[in-house]
Amino acid sequence: MDVSPIIQLKDVNKTYLLGEQPLHVLKDLSLSISQGEYVSIMGPSGSGKSTLLNMIGLLDRPDSGELMLANSATRELPEEQRAVLRRDNIGFIFQNFQLIPRLTAEENAALPMMLAGIPIADRKAKIAHLFSQLGIAERLHHLPKQLSGGQLQRVAIARAMAMEPKILLADEPTGNLDQHSGGDVVDVLETLNKSGITLLVVTHDIALGRRAKRQLMMVDGVITKDSVSEG
Amino acid sequence: MIRWNDRWRFSMQVLSLNPIRTAILVITVAIGVSSVLILTSIGEGARNYINQEFSNIGSDLLIVLPGKKETGGGSLPMYSTTPRELTWQDANAIKQLSSVKEVAPINAGTALVNYQGLGREVIVIGSTSDFLQVRKLSIAKGRGFKQDERQRARHECVLGAKLKRSLFGSQSAVGKWVNIADRRYRVVGVLAERGESLGLDMRDMAIIPISSAESLFNTTALFRVIVSLNQFSHETTVKQQIIELIKARHEGEEDITIVSQNAMMDAFNNITQLVTAAIGVIAGISLLVAGFLMMNVSYVSVVKRRAEIGLLKAVGASKKEVQWLFLQESSILTLLGALVGVALGYSLVWLANTLIPYFSLAVPFWATLVSVLSAIVISIAFTWFPASNAAGVDPVIAMRGN
Ligand SMILES: Nc1ncnc2c1ncn2[C@@H]1O[C@H](COP(=O)(O)OP(=O)(O)O)[C@@H](O)[C@H]1O
Ligand SMILES: [Mg+2]
Repeated sequence: MDVSPIIQLKDVNKTYLLGEQPLHVLKDLSLSISQGEYVSIMGPSGSGKSTLLNMIGLLDRPDSGELMLANSATRELPEEQRAVLRRDNIGFIFQNFQLIPRLTAEENAALPMMLAGIPIADRKAKIAHLFSQLGIAERLHHLPKQLSGGQLQRVAIARAMAMEPKILLADEPTGNLDQHSGGDVVDVLETLNKSGITLLVVTHDIALGRRAKRQLMMVDGVITKDSVSEG
Repeated sequence: MIRWNDRWRFSMQVLSLNPIRTAILVITVAIGVSSVLILTSIGEGARNYINQEFSNIGSDLLIVLPGKKETGGGSLPMYSTTPRELTWQDANAIKQLSSVKEVAPINAGTALVNYQGLGREVIVIGSTSDFLQVRKLSIAKGRGFKQDERQRARHECVLGAKLKRSLFGSQSAVGKWVNIADRRYRVVGVLAERGESLGLDMRDMAIIPISSAESLFNTTALFRVIVSLNQFSHETTVKQQIIELIKARHEGEEDITIVSQNAMMDAFNNITQLVTAAIGVIAGISLLVAGFLMMNVSYVSVVKRRAEIGLLKAVGASKKEVQWLFLQESSILTLLGALVGVALGYSLVWLANTLIPYFSLAVPFWATLVSVLSAIVISIAFTWFPASNAAGVDPVIAMRGN
């Protein structure tokens, strides 16, 4: 077993300015996550869950402290390098899917590969494979507006998986889905985790959060509980 | 890095999403480019026309004028101190130079040409048999002047085609007698129909022998002498030879000016090219308008596509890449517009040339190149700021705002 953590936060602080008022969103936050872990993050709205996830996904930068990904410091890296790290190692899944309406499901899913300059034939093969794994093989050429919520989130998962990242970050992935398709989406995420990917899920849904092996509770920018379930 | 074919596809998907907006931008650029092409083609057409005129009368000509021009250069002198006369004896001496082929002394004035009560006031040129050669004129009926000494004083004339028509109609003129002022001349030839030559309508003139003109106009002073060079003679050398020769004949005084056809042609070319370029720049202002429009549209598009930009960043697009995606979009628009503009410009010029055959427009190549390049430069310059605006979008905020 690899002992060195794939994600490591050391005394991370983040403050936003809301007008004149500084808002301390992450407070001296330290956290260590190993390769292959399944972690849920719960907590009241506004407690900083999304901010933490964006930080880990290199969409945001700590004001102080350090974020190590696979033992490399990231805070001082130039924007170009952070973009490449993000593209190659991180998969994002959002509550509202974030698909581009004019692109087909296939093109949406292949977007990170296109940005990486991967030839179209390789992209098509990869996305076709992912879509059939996700049970949406028939939906390659549909536009987002022609798909159901559950299907949209699967397209987004395919996009997150396209570059075969080490880390999958899901921010309220079931927030816009009904109970049934939400459950299906979580099943898919758990299957991916079983095949080795590190999975972080932010959720309001306590039942969903309890499915994770490791459960974090966040209140006011601080992790108040870090527990491992008996499974 | 995104592949080039993917870049193209990505932009075309955006552009085809809003066909009316795209069409408007393409048309604006096209109008800018085509107006540069059309306006410069008029200038270039004028230049070609003048060059054509020059080459009609030959470019290996020197024109010797009485009077010393104060400053050197290629254009005709604006003023001259009253000089010693330039006479046909001077012209004769020039003809003895081995570097010289033909010499046409010109003594000119206006006179009434009259045939059986029908009269016309026209320019009457007194010259020698060389005149037709140096001006590249040809005879349609009859003959020109003969090349002998006594010829110079003969009462013979050659009529321009138009003048002949107005006096004789369709009757033959050769052999008939006309009155020029108060003297009688026998028509020996009629010029072939040819258009204007540098503002002189050769069709509406009469040519008489030089000595006859001297007494008709009561002066031996020549208006000018046209000299054509031998094939291997060098223009500047011959110029110098003529100056030395006349100086010697005029008691050491340098009192003539020599203008070369080439120098005049160059001067005209410079002027017309400058004017054409200026017209092109003015037409280019419409490209600036296209640039402003594109900037405006780009700003709106960045605001509308904030969520998309946020997502692109989340899946690994760098700031530079986002900026580039927006710049490439306007560049493709501009390229399409330029293409349409070039096609439009050339078609309209072609159409004009078909409808108006006697003045042909020609799009100068540099105008095509410069208008397309400046359209691209302008579009990049004007969409640079909206594109960096896009690059600066915070993905977290952009995606939350959805
Ligand atoms: N870019 C930002 N600028 C200003 N305030 C922000 C920004 N991002 C988050 N916040 C604020 O920080 C707090 C935490 O937000 P977030 O991490 O989204 O909470 P959660 O996901 O736990 O609901 C909220 O009060 C939010 O308004
Ligand atoms: Mg949140």
